[in-house]
Amino acid sequence: MAEALLSVESVSRRFGGLLALKAASLTAPAARITALIGPNGAGKTTLFAVISGFLKPTAGYVHYAGHNITGEPPHRLARRGIARTFQIVQPFAGLSVHDNILVGAHLRHRARTEALLVAEKVAEEVGLADMLDRPAHTLTVAGRKRLELARALATEPTLLLLDEVLAGLNPSEIRDIVPVIRGLSARGIAIVMIEHVMQAVMSLAEHVFVLAEGCIIAEGNPAQVVDNPAVVEAYLGRGAAAKARAVHAH
Amino acid sequence: MRGVLAIAVVIAVLAVVPLLVHSNVVLNFLVVTLMIALAGQGWNIIGGYGGQYSFGHAAFFGTGAYVTAILQVHYGVNAWIGFLAGIVAGGAVGGIIGGLAFRAGLRSSYFALVTLAFAEVLRILASVAPITGAGVGLLVKLDLRAQSFQFQSRAVFYYVVLALVAIGLLIAQWLEHSRFGTWLIAVRENEDAAMALGVDATAVKLSAMVISAAITAAAGCFYVQYFLFIDSSIAYGTWISIEALLTPIIGGVGTVFGALVGALVVKSLGEGAKLVTGDVPGLDLMIYGVMLILVIAFAPRGLVGTLTDLRAGLTRRFGFPRKTAEVVRG
Repeated sequence: MAEALLSVESVSRRFGGLLALKAASLTAPAARITALIGPNGAGKTTLFAVISGFLKPTAGYVHYAGHNITGEPPHRLARRGIARTFQIVQPFAGLSVHDNILVGAHLRHRARTEALLVAEKVAEEVGLADMLDRPAHTLTVAGRKRLELARALATEPTLLLLDEVLAGLNPSEIRDIVPVIRGLSARGIAIVMIEHVMQAVMSLAEHVFVLAEGCIIAEGNPAQVVDNPAVVEAYLGRGAAAKARAVHAH
Repeated sequence: MRGVLAIAVVIAVLAVVPLLVHSNVVLNFLVVTLMIALAGQGWNIIGGYGGQYSFGHAAFFGTGAYVTAILQVHYGVNAWIGFLAGIVAGGAVGGIIGGLAFRAGLRSSYFALVTLAFAEVLRILASVAPITGAGVGLLVKLDLRAQSFQFQSRAVFYYVVLALVAIGLLIAQWLEHSRFGTWLIAVRENEDAAMALGVDATAVKLSAMVISAAITAAAGCFYVQYFLFIDSSIAYGTWISIEALLTPIIGGVGTVFGALVGALVVKSLGEGAKLVTGDVPGLDLMIYGVMLILVIAFAPRGLVGTLTDLRAGLTRRFGFPRKTAEVVRG
């Protein structure tokens, strides 16, 4: 594995009596796709919130590009090049698609005309070019997921955290967006994705971490992970594991 | 550019009024209306564009008014300098209240309550402190000279307040086309999403609060120069907090012309009702209440916002798509 761009070192996070993360560690190399899978309530989104600065860890460290970024606020992390999408999409509902993406583009482009252009380019990349003038609240679920992605991309990130961008999409919509994600990593963006859609994980990710009850219980390449009895037991189940293996074989 | 042109046209039309109307009653009404529009425009910055509904803009109006008056009455400072100092002081109070409220993470009704509380505390302080004239208030000495910021003619006052309103409109116009404004609106729409995109939400809200407070303070400074009197219930009274939020909400929250349109409509109806019924006390407040209910129920984006929506809807259904239209015009 290449030098880690992101490394999470034994991060714990407590919510009152609940220990949502128990010394979870994870690394992600530059320009590669890393997946984070696990059952509902395992703490995946909590881990993302810690990495992106929305939650401070109770213990542990987060390092990014050689800096200790533990506990830095989200806007400063965005400036450093970490962008995230939200599992529950959070569009600026009253604004047009173009203005939504513009907010992200303004991070690195002060001038409005320049930022608008960047926003337009990003919209094209994720397939929203025809909908620039539409109010964000009129988009379908698939459209909103693309918008989440577009806004994050407009900040020109080095590390992109994708929180279930495929959830709620139908198979043909998933087929459309998978190449977009692959294209992003091809142009040098490191991606960490939380995902339940196992076919996508199998076909996209190079390395997979499995989180269950706040602990990383397994890691490895997709094939190793689906063969791991602990993962089958905690998350996949026998049927899904067999199906995922079949996808991978193709 | 078209936005700036629209502002120029509106201001030009309003500038003609004193040339046609010489009635002091009408001019007085318009001066007060524009002053309220200015206070409302201040509220519109943090409330309309920033989505932080303050219920205590009296804190800024009153601070502007008192600083302008106190500097003149107690320290003999020139009125123009007092005026500027009042604006700065109002902005500073905005920074303090905003800093405390936003750092504490107060949103929506909590923010409204805290701003109301600050305004009330200031009102009570001003009603007992000797420097504010306590319960008696402060009278600015009559001195009808331009260097004292006092004018014989109401028309001059009218132009002064109109110029201030013009500045308020231009600031809103700038917000709509700048990075700062885009970030402020993003914070209003969804603070978490904005932060994830690199927006320092606290800093953006705080800056907007300072601008907002300074504009509303300017209305307070103007009040003192126009009426030459201020006391605690005028300066920090809830009346101005209410009028400052009512005018943009009725006119159109987060729109350039919302506060101006709202002030014209609200004040006309209030005064009209008083004329018809012969000054029943509290009638204008009842009318404000009814209007507020109607607007929130049927036109939540206010008069200006609803008109814009209607036009956009019609264009989408019948007109050219926007890009084509622009090519044709260009």
